[in-house]
Amino acid sequence: MSPDALAAALRDRFADILVARGEVSLIVPRDELTDALAWLRDAPGLSLGFLSCISVTDWPAADPRFWVSYELRSMTRHHRLRVKVGLPEADPHVPSIVAMYPGANWHEREQYDLYGVVFDGHPDLTRILLPDDWEGHPLRKDEELGGVSTRFEGALVPPIDRRGMA
Amino acid sequence: MTADGAEMDAARGLPATSGALRDELTGELRQETMIINMGPQHPSTHGVLRLLLELDGETVVACKPIIGYLHTGIEKNTEYRTWLQGVTFVTRADYLSPFFNELGYCLGVERLLGVEAPPRAQLIRVLVCELNRIASHLVYLATGGLELGAVSVMLYGFREREVIMDIFEAITGLRMNHAYIRIGGVVMDLPEDGPPKIRRMLDVLPGRIHEYETILNDNPIWRERNEGVGMLSAEQALALGVTGPVLRASGVAADLRKDMPYAGYETFDFEVPVRTEGDAYARYVVRIEEMRESLKIVAQALERLEDQPGPTMIEDPKIAWQGRLSVGPDGIGNDPEYLRHIMEESMEALIHHFKAVTQGVAVPAGEVYSAVESPRGELGFHIVSDGGHRPYRVKIRDPSFVNLQSLPAMIEGSLIADAIAANASLDPVMGGVDR
Repeated sequence: MSPDALAAALRDRFADILVARGEVSLIVPRDELTDALAWLRDAPGLSLGFLSCISVTDWPAADPRFWVSYELRSMTRHHRLRVKVGLPEADPHVPSIVAMYPGANWHEREQYDLYGVVFDGHPDLTRILLPDDWEGHPLRKDEELGGVSTRFEGALVPPIDRRGMA
Repeated sequence: MTADGAEMDAARGLPATSGALRDELTGELRQETMIINMGPQHPSTHGVLRLLLELDGETVVACKPIIGYLHTGIEKNTEYRTWLQGVTFVTRADYLSPFFNELGYCLGVERLLGVEAPPRAQLIRVLVCELNRIASHLVYLATGGLELGAVSVMLYGFREREVIMDIFEAITGLRMNHAYIRIGGVVMDLPEDGPPKIRRMLDVLPGRIHEYETILNDNPIWRERNEGVGMLSAEQALALGVTGPVLRASGVAADLRKDMPYAGYETFDFEVPVRTEGDAYARYVVRIEEMRESLKIVAQALERLEDQPGPTMIEDPKIAWQGRLSVGPDGIGNDPEYLRHIMEESMEALIHHFKAVTQGVAVPAGEVYSAVESPRGELGFHIVSDGGHRPYRVKIRDPSFVNLQSLPAMIEGSLIADAIAANASLDPVMGGVDR
């Protein structure tokens, strides 16, 4: 289905739809996320029943600060849709979709690990890429690149903009 | 030792068992499960992967893959470099398919920029990617064979991969992490000795693939270790987000090259091999067939390149890499002639070069999700720009990361030896899993 046709099919149920660069984005409030994903999966003609990816983007100066994107793919109709949920800084919680998409398990753990977004109802929301005792969420924009104590000989790697300076 | 236990042993004609193995009250042998760590650093974990296995004797009761040992922060690093430097980072994620990482990233940035690579560059991209797919599947065959004891297949697989590595070295100067595909095209045209080398490979490889099949297809050990092992149904695979040869071996004909074509794949003539068994053997057959299909695409691309002259990089000087490069003994480097031009002849060229290197192109604000069919499945890049000279966010959706989630579903309830075969059939690359 072409991006415009897909957007037209969504307009009956959703209000906030954006078509750009041949991609369709759909913005939903977080308490409607689960219902929206179920509807998109079951709606005849859409069959968006494959979850490709979950990723978070951090905009520290904006409200909502965190945007969670769910990339959906239709295996039978060969189109894609991005569903986005905005989360405020003070309350970065979003419902887990592991019950609907078991494959979301590691995606949600990774975004929790790197951004500190909490996926409510996740069966095992623990760190996945970083060590269990890591402090902070390194892909947040207010965390620097480098500047962390390594586990090797206690050496401190300076932040990237201060490397090579005595 | 309790009297009961000793009596039981005697009644069965067995030597007396140590009391520790018996339950204190009933005297029955203890039935507890054992939890062991396979890895990190186990020969069959394809990198640094740790599998937490709960075993009941030889049977796997539960499996929990533990990852993150190769996490290098590639996504965070790209946010601190220019758009062009991003290519050199993402190529290092899944180190067995570097060209696919570069292609997925560049297609995404090009979509944000609203540009398209010239036709000759598209053909070269397809050519190197399909060569890369064959090389990657050969590593699957080699390491997977080794894990099941087929050592000769390991030697053959790496021998043929070396032929393709030589071609990559001739084209890009490097065996891996090429940074050859760049925003707006490829960094330079094929060298003189590139096409003849590829033609020689095209003559040799079909026979070699046939050779693997004669070694493995009628080999009773290979078949018994793979058939019915690591079963995954189509429903399970789709629910878990599995893509690539693993999904196609479960009966779903999903291939982004056909379903959502990119880089001109819709103009090539090739098939998507599918099997329905959903076991490790089906994945082996799918990958063997995919190598043949890739050879078909390579031959077509090579033929079309002869009639497709033209630039390999878009003209726009704001986007295109201005520095002329040439292959030196240590990879791609600055062309000496070009260096002389900017250092001695043209002040303007030097200024432009300086701007292009230190700042690069500014990409219009927006976001894209660009996905390519890597040897392991859907390799996606969610790229966000705030309009600046650096990426705001690059999320790599690596197929190994997602596919590895299906390992517990494949091996729980089967023998521990089958866990090795199942993991090999997934062909995970930990560099991509951990990024």
